[in-house]
Amino acid sequence: MVDSAVRISNNDVVALADVQLWPLPRFIAAIDVELAGGARVVSYFAHHGGTAKVELWCVLAHDDRGELMVLRSHSDAEFPSLAARHPQIQLFEREIYEQFSLVPVGHPWLKPIRFEPSWRDHAASAAVIGDFTPYQVAGEEIHEVAVGPVHAGVIEPGHFRFQCHGEEVKHLEISLGFQHRGVEHLLVGGPTAATLLQMEALAGDTTIGHTSAYCQLCESLGGVKITPAAARLRAIALELERLANHVGDVGALSGDTGFLTTASYCGSIRGNILNLSADICGNRFGRGLLRPGGVNFAVDEALAQDLLEKLDAIEDETNGAIALFYDSPSVLARMDGVGCVSMAVAAELGLVGPAARASGLVRDVRQHYPGVADDDFTAAEVENAGDVQARALVRRREIAASFALVRQRLQQLPPGEVALPVASLLPEHIGVALVEGWRGEIVHVAITDDAGRFARYKVVDPSFHNWSGLAMALRGQQISDFPLCNKSFNLSYCGFDL
Amino acid sequence: MLKIIPERFRQGYRTSAFPRREPQLSARFRGVPQIDGGKCPPTCHYCVDNCPMQAITRVAGKVVIDLGRCLFCAKCVCPHDAISFSADYRLAVRERRQLQLSADDSLELAQPLADELRRLFGRSLKLRQVSAGGCNACEADFNVLGVPTFDLGRFGIQVVASPRHADGLLVTGPVTANMRAALLDTYAALPEPRLVIVSGACAISGGPFAASAVAGNGVDELLPVDLYVPGCPPHPYTLLDGLLRLLGRR
Repeated sequence: MVDSAVRISNNDVVALADVQLWPLPRFIAAIDVELAGGARVVSYFAHHGGTAKVELWCVLAHDDRGELMVLRSHSDAEFPSLAARHPQIQLFEREIYEQFSLVPVGHPWLKPIRFEPSWRDHAASAAVIGDFTPYQVAGEEIHEVAVGPVHAGVIEPGHFRFQCHGEEVKHLEISLGFQHRGVEHLLVGGPTAATLLQMEALAGDTTIGHTSAYCQLCESLGGVKITPAAARLRAIALELERLANHVGDVGALSGDTGFLTTASYCGSIRGNILNLSADICGNRFGRGLLRPGGVNFAVDEALAQDLLEKLDAIEDETNGAIALFYDSPSVLARMDGVGCVSMAVAAELGLVGPAARASGLVRDVRQHYPGVADDDFTAAEVENAGDVQARALVRRREIAASFALVRQRLQQLPPGEVALPVASLLPEHIGVALVEGWRGEIVHVAITDDAGRFARYKVVDPSFHNWSGLAMALRGQQISDFPLCNKSFNLSYCGFDL
Repeated sequence: MLKIIPERFRQGYRTSAFPRREPQLSARFRGVPQIDGGKCPPTCHYCVDNCPMQAITRVAGKVVIDLGRCLFCAKCVCPHDAISFSADYRLAVRERRQLQLSADDSLELAQPLADELRRLFGRSLKLRQVSAGGCNACEADFNVLGVPTFDLGRFGIQVVASPRHADGLLVTGPVTANMRAALLDTYAALPEPRLVIVSGACAISGGPFAASAVAGNGVDELLPVDLYVPGCPPHPYTLLDGLLRLLGRR
């Protein structure tokens, strides 16, 4: 049945005419069979077709084969929900419902996810943010704790509803959407001059990750292969972004365990890593570095040498600062066994990135769907316990691995041009780009119209999968474990809200 | 403990000598743009046409960059060499109109608060931060002011959790439709007198998402703003410089 499905690799494109429009029952059955057989949903979305019906597109990943399967169907009012059988698909179905008013029939948890106005039914009034019916636990001594959207600290807004029995959290529900800027809607009809800047600000701490995915899409749809020099610089920038965030997060975890020494050092070391990005492109978050066709800044011998010297000093400081944290019994005791997500649950929820790897799942785009500059990537860092400590340990090992990758790549910078012109995009094609951002798998999918403009642009931030992981990690924990669990995931609100 | 002490010595003293000494920023940093009117041919529209944010106009023949919309992407740098980005990180101003930077003009940097407010807040300012659709870059580079390098606390400026304990709001993001009510509620919870500081292009003008129907066009449509800090995101020193100027400490 699924034998005739279109199979592509990362950064491939395929003509829309080559993706057969399957009848809905066949489409749903195919997804069901593939997911039961170990595939993952990397993207699943609706799109205004040319007709009254709404098209459904699903991209499934077979990590073992490094293969992406593209499926297509359509419907006018509803489609069967697979959420009860495959929880990893539940948010995608809710998103389709919210954006295109197509009802996933049989969805067990059909609530708004971003409280955004319907793209299709303009008369329908949007759900009011925060107005949802939380899942409630009943019984004597059960109480509810509501936090947010404005919550303590310098942090993005979100609403958290804890169902507690005494100090024990029975269930945590996370309701987001406060940061919703209508990004996907804004991208339709593009690319425009502003598109690149919007990608850079899609999730600020993942500027390189998201902008890389966008550039890869423009290049595959524009028929351009970037130069080795450009690919290498992008790969360096991506690892610097991972380093800065991981080091910052180890510091934040340290702060939340009350171990302030490492927290202070990591805070300033993170800044020094951001400054390396600024040395390359003038901006600490890597803004202005990437462009479709390559990069805007070259790194010559002298700059590479300067960066390598700074990198050595930073690595030395980082190792010293984080060793204190990972060698302190009181710190380890605070993280050990807290916020556990088992491998089975992580797989069921479709977790990605360090959160998945900490639960024993080998999931890393750099390993399964390598890009042109990933030839030096060896293997994903994996832990098995699935608790806060495992997530912290994965970060530690990825910090070491990223230092090595950046050094190696700076030492062997290929000579040559760093930017090529990109022609207009192929009309009526679909392209898929995957990037392993520091939080995990970033997926961008573009469908072009007959003039080569974006008819639909779909973004999946790793946080889209992983917020459910945080909610599950809190089960059976104390409410005071929340900050620590939250930091161990450190998910993006705006990346989810778009 | 025995490991912490030698590590403490190894890591050394990290707090910068700012504001006594000017910071060393990376060589490619893009600060205040310089517009050389003399090099600007009167009929040329290169910068106006190339700005992805429509931040550049010609007013009475002079090129004007709206730094409240500018993302410092440098797409306006023209073949006539009339626009360049300087290393000057000082960008904060008190009024929105002061962000309109004309050719051959310089920026009117923020003036201190009026005497009474300065007496109240000059030595102790508590801020509550609200992200209203920010991408977490402005938030991150405000947060970083708390690390030892900048050590915001030494200026008497502190971030507090409750708006009831705050003297001012520091807002980031364009104020999305979904955050509007929460932002107004937070502002209402602040005791008077209260300050509003906006950081980043989004909070000033809507930034890269200004064209979206649900993203919003910045904070000053809703609240009176006391300090505008441009950038995408503003460099931590840009923000710190602005805060110190507001308090009359630079």
